[in-house]
Amino acid sequence: MKAAVLAELIAARAAHRVVALATWLDGSDARVVTVDDAPPALAATVAQALREERALVAEVDGGEVLVEPHLPPTRLILVGAVHIAEPLAAMAALAGFAVTIVDPRRAWATAARFPGQTLDVRWPDDAIAALTPDVRTAVVTLTHDPKLDDPALIAALRTPAFYVGCLGSQKTHAARRARLAEAGFDDAALARLHGPVGLRIGARSPAEIAVSILGEIIASLRGAA
Amino acid sequence: MADATHDTGAVLAQAAAWKAAGKGVAIATVVRTWGSSPRPAGSKLAVDDTGAFVGSVSGGCIEAAVITAALDVIAGAPAQRLGFGVSDAAAWEVGLACGGKVEVFVEAVT
Repeated sequence: MKAAVLAELIAARAAHRVVALATWLDGSDARVVTVDDAPPALAATVAQALREERALVAEVDGGEVLVEPHLPPTRLILVGAVHIAEPLAAMAALAGFAVTIVDPRRAWATAARFPGQTLDVRWPDDAIAALTPDVRTAVVTLTHDPKLDDPALIAALRTPAFYVGCLGSQKTHAARRARLAEAGFDDAALARLHGPVGLRIGARSPAEIAVSILGEIIASLRGAA
Repeated sequence: MADATHDTGAVLAQAAAWKAAGKGVAIATVVRTWGSSPRPAGSKLAVDDTGAFVGSVSGGCIEAAVITAALDVIAGAPAQRLGFGVSDAAAWEVGLACGGKVEVFVEAVT
């Protein structure tokens, strides 16, 4: 592998880009590729390796090419250090997400309530802009307060986040969509919102609601929803 | 998965740092595994020209052979594909529980 290819791979990972490293196993070549720019003979394997998050070997012109996915870490940004955020943050961390809990209300965002979790006390729009959600990031608003939720959603919808969810009833979600439409988002943008948030599993307790939300996030991540 | 990703980033960064410091560097990558194997395909190990290494391509059972091949590659040998099989009995004898097979690709950073 040329040092320049190594540098390109490191830069792509640092920029949270979704890429694959294709290594010809006769030692003749190694390249950083994406789904869009992979050589035609490798395209299907690159897509599969990225989707399944595992390295695969492709047969190309009688030789073999190792295709390794290099994906950004999965992240979850929770807006609102509310009760439901406690089990949701813990469960998401177990599922491999790097979790950040955003809440400018310092009485809520305390280490005592969220042991070992990353807390961010900036205003939600500032925090989300700074955290730069990518295609492997989910954002969920939990505060029920439009002063906090709406700026977060406006910021999140301007990013490629793979999942944007909003806790709240059908009625509050309809009102929220109307406010966001007023703010300039069209139907296609608003269709990205998952609200009311979560899979319908009859969840009642905060922990059960957390399961339903995390289930929906994983279904979106894995292309099952 | 998160841990494997973190490891890969550290291995790539160390390889680049060694190269930038003027050292010879090789990277070994797990190509395939059969049966139970402690490190999945894509796992990496970087080696410098003194034999210092970061990362892992197995639970430790094949690292010495991989590092030897890496030093050959750094010294100018062509890229290598190495196959390792561990019988269940042998695995138990050396204290490993995997008993799998693994193929590793070793190439220099040029």
